[in-house]
Amino acid sequence: MIGSLPQELLQQIWWLIASVVGSLFLFLTFVQGGQTLLGSVAVTDLEKRLVLNSLGRKWELTFTTLVLFGGALFAAFPLFYATSFGGAYWAWIAILFTFVIQAVSYEYRKKPDNLLGSAVYEIFLVINGSLGIFLIGAAVGTFFTGASFSLNEFNSVTWHGPLRGLEAANSLFNISLGIFLVFVARVLGGQYLLNSIDFSAVETSRLEANLRRSVLRNFILLLPFLLVVLLRLITMSGYAVDPATGMVALEKGKYLANLLAMPQYLLLLLVGLVLVIWSVVLTVFKGSRKGIWLAGLGTVLVGLTVFGLAGYNNTAFYPSTYDPQSSLTIYNASSSHYTLTAMTYVALAVPFVLAYIAYFWNRMDATKLSVGEVAGQEEEVY
Amino acid sequence: MLEQLDLSMVNWARAQFAMTAMFHWIFVPLTLGLSFLVAFFETYYVKTGDEKWKEITKFWMKLFGINFAIGVATGIILEFEFGTNWSNYSWMVGDIFGAPLAIEGIFAFFIEATFFAVMFFGWDRISKGMHLFSTWMVAIGSNLSAVWILVANGWMQHPVGMSFNPDTVRFEMHNFFELISSPVAVSKFSHATTSSFQLASFFVIAVSCWFLMQKRHAEMARKSIVVASVFGLLASGLVFITGDDAAHSDAQVQPMKLAAMEGLYEGHSKVNLVAMGVPTGTKKPGDNQPAFLFKMDVPVPGMLSFLANRDFGSFVPGINDLVYGNREQQIIGVADRMKSGKAALAALTRYKEEKNRDPQAASLALADFEKVKDDLGYGYLVEPEQAVPSVPLTFYAFRVMVILGSLFPIIFLLFLVYAVKNSLTEKTWLLRLGIASVFLAYLASQAGWVVAEVGRQPWAIQGLLPVTVARSNLTAGTVQSTFVMFLVLFTVLLVAELKIMLKQITIGPKEERS
Repeated sequence: MIGSLPQELLQQIWWLIASVVGSLFLFLTFVQGGQTLLGSVAVTDLEKRLVLNSLGRKWELTFTTLVLFGGALFAAFPLFYATSFGGAYWAWIAILFTFVIQAVSYEYRKKPDNLLGSAVYEIFLVINGSLGIFLIGAAVGTFFTGASFSLNEFNSVTWHGPLRGLEAANSLFNISLGIFLVFVARVLGGQYLLNSIDFSAVETSRLEANLRRSVLRNFILLLPFLLVVLLRLITMSGYAVDPATGMVALEKGKYLANLLAMPQYLLLLLVGLVLVIWSVVLTVFKGSRKGIWLAGLGTVLVGLTVFGLAGYNNTAFYPSTYDPQSSLTIYNASSSHYTLTAMTYVALAVPFVLAYIAYFWNRMDATKLSVGEVAGQEEEVY
Repeated sequence: MLEQLDLSMVNWARAQFAMTAMFHWIFVPLTLGLSFLVAFFETYYVKTGDEKWKEITKFWMKLFGINFAIGVATGIILEFEFGTNWSNYSWMVGDIFGAPLAIEGIFAFFIEATFFAVMFFGWDRISKGMHLFSTWMVAIGSNLSAVWILVANGWMQHPVGMSFNPDTVRFEMHNFFELISSPVAVSKFSHATTSSFQLASFFVIAVSCWFLMQKRHAEMARKSIVVASVFGLLASGLVFITGDDAAHSDAQVQPMKLAAMEGLYEGHSKVNLVAMGVPTGTKKPGDNQPAFLFKMDVPVPGMLSFLANRDFGSFVPGINDLVYGNREQQIIGVADRMKSGKAALAALTRYKEEKNRDPQAASLALADFEKVKDDLGYGYLVEPEQAVPSVPLTFYAFRVMVILGSLFPIIFLLFLVYAVKNSLTEKTWLLRLGIASVFLAYLASQAGWVVAEVGRQPWAIQGLLPVTVARSNLTAGTVQSTFVMFLVLFTVLLVAELKIMLKQITIGPKEERS
């Protein structure tokens, strides 16, 4: 059945699947955002323990979603995987480094004889939550601003520039997107913690108040960067593909044109932003603990817009500023029809995966994390 | 492409992959086996309701968690290294290789990620039965992830279910089921997972032996040893069967690897299996030096012939036959295949040039290419001897794996017998052997991967894509930098892991501490 779908449609479906996974990852960066609150919002040992034990039950989901995002891009758009990872080498190595140090930190931080000491593992978590997310944001930014590479007739990539991907940080748009995502993660992190911790004990009241303040502060801080991102997005030039010839050329106001040509994304963007704003209002002024769900949905919608504008409507999603004809589109970077078909059958399992994750999330979070739980059993908690 | 070869970069990239894989494989086999052992312990707890089994479960689970975290940390680098250091590989076979990796993410990693948290923190949040289910899901999820990545590895050793597309200049998948049911892939993952069960069983035995020598937690240690030795013994039977199968499939699809494993230069009929020996280090294909300084065969005539072809009298090709050809046995040598390979590359280049210029010339070029395309990968080799992997390394690693692997079932049996007799504490020698056994298991396990991976050099994809072409376009200095960076990082994390693990073992299970 799926096998009879045209290749073009399968390519579009896979860009959508990758977008969904990428957007879910953005939502799940509440883990990283929460990590950056260590030391500033969660100060005492008890507060840190509550925060880390709450996040510690979810960090692997975020991590796995990032790995799946990479895996889905490898399977569906192998030329992007080859070009970006082999080309923007230092950017990706730096991102991976921050995730390696995250992976051990929850488990090792509180264990006796952990070689580096608790403080170092906390710093690892803060680095992952700030630098890691900033770099991912800057890397996503290159979907719009492009990168300096060329491909030869065998599709072998040559990178033009000694910084191998780190030059992405030399763009206002990329920097703004990176910082914006860090603050979004911090807003989400605060809201998630408010949802998952039991604040009935008196010693948690300061943490709760700090978390609510932090949601507001980080929301205000993200606004200027959001503004820069949106303004640049609607004014910047983009790399358009001629569907007839496959030739890529710079087009003025390409992303504004995309937004107008695909009004559903304009709607997603607006609804997404409203949901995030509304969640902050509920969290900060109404004492709500459920802001994370609205903000999470809002983040996913904004994420879908970002990926959709980058890849659809005859747009190069990984443009080459060095040689526009080397630019990657969802059509020239994709896997074969057979592979996309096979993988689409595999993707039918995704709703089941999401369903059991949701079920067990719900079961595990039905009882909120209490002070007694993290203070009592020293060795069984993070 | 050939003119730009930078061998030192390729070798650093290979070293980096080997280093990352070997670090990763310190933690993975323990995860694969210990997850099942923890599930066995908990099943026993749920069945009997005996709180002691719960404490046993929790103790091993704690060690499992410490090991799991660093396994995740090293694993992410491995996955993305395909892109960073082997980008041409990622493009040329991404159409096939990406699929198992993505499926691993969807079907295995999320099971691990979801149920790991439930297993560790769900004791008081969900029912006993649901908790047990979660623990089993962690074991199943971990082993499923091994299945998918080993299917991918099996495909690299014996590429099936695909063909080369001259228009896209890459290999494309034609049959997914051929890929996942390839006998090489099946023997690869079954051998790797069952040998991991042995390793994890030795881990449990080693820690338990230490407790017995310390005269602490004797009951827990004995119970753990009984379960681990039964599991280890069962796994040993499977390791033997799958190992035999792996050697047999090597003979069919990677004869060069088998020849290197045996140090066999001149092929002949009724070949003996080498039990022990010292290969001549300076020996090169085609020269007159003896292959061995010293060698002792297994006293069963034609044993290697039997392992390779299920026939004691059959012919097994040697390195020289494979490099220079053997007309009598109808073996086309590497030198001849290189000629075809270069013709294939020339025809492919011609096709690319003519495609948009002269359709008739293009179709002629394509016809030429089709005739010799199976040897495409050989066209990238510079000299025929390049197709020979390091013989001494493959030879020794194979012997380390097989000799130790043969000892393991005996050790498991001894532990089972004395544990059931309840006389382990009197056998100090056995307890010492028990502690040593986990290190021997690690040695055998790592040696197994050396055989599998060194033995297939110079190929990233057997016969199709040599590592020199599979690489990224990076300088040697860049790869050296990240090599050192990851070496330092992984070493620091390993030391931290070992210190934490040893401390937790010293603390021991909860039961007797109060």
